[in-house]
Amino acid sequence: MITKDNYKKSIKPYQPKPKYFRNCIKAFLIGGLICSIGQGLTVFYMEVFGFTSKEAANPTVATLILIAALLTGFGVYDKIGQFAGAGTAVPVTGFANSITSAAMEHRSEGLVLGVSTNMFKLAGSVIVFGTVAAYIIGVLRYLIQSFL
Amino acid sequence: MIMDFVWAFIVGGAICVIGQLLLDLFKLTPAHVLSSFVVAGAVLDGFNLYDRLIEFAGAGATVPISSFGHTLLHGAMAQAEDHGFVGIAIGIFQLSSAGIASAILFGFIVALIFKPKG
Repeated sequence: MITKDNYKKSIKPYQPKPKYFRNCIKAFLIGGLICSIGQGLTVFYMEVFGFTSKEAANPTVATLILIAALLTGFGVYDKIGQFAGAGTAVPVTGFANSITSAAMEHRSEGLVLGVSTNMFKLAGSVIVFGTVAAYIIGVLRYLIQSFL
Repeated sequence: MIMDFVWAFIVGGAICVIGQLLLDLFKLTPAHVLSSFVVAGAVLDGFNLYDRLIEFAGAGATVPISSFGHTLLHGAMAQAEDHGFVGIAIGIFQLSSAGIASAILFGFIVALIFKPKG
């Protein structure tokens, strides 16, 4: 007799195993490459515009976001993403990709109800969790600093 | 100079490998992974550890999404020094504004120009 549990067991040999090691290597190479491009941009902004290394982080991130948004528009970013997995998702370019692709997907529903409402469908969680966490930690740190 | 690039590559790549392992081994969705990274970045910055990572790895630490948590907390703490508790709310998006604003702007423009493929 087939139950839910033994069905799962019986199909297990036929399911593809995730290639853990290979996926990690791909994520490492592409993720490292994106960060190296970011390092190149940081050096560029430091040399050409005289930013300090900390100030250069903002224009670097903005430039990477522009590149990622354009590559998403051309449909290239998602192809790299299928190969690299977390290598393209974890850098800030993945954040730009999720915003741009959600905006493009809902373009046909109009600019207000489609593009603007759905833009943060995936990226929203990043902003919400980041803000809540930073707020709580900020309050804690401020309390500790002012009373110690 | 060359070593800056090497460390950016290694540290940035290693952060992505952690993300890949969370996806494969723990079966988290990408949204969960990214949210965890942002929270981790804010927590590490709470102990002043993220700044050390940036000094060491440069873009290897500023490009992954965990740096978003770090810039949120940094902006909040900078304003908190001047304005107290209210400053946390004033400053929280101050440094991360460049990333959010450009992502919204470029995302919107690209959605206007390009048609989705497939």
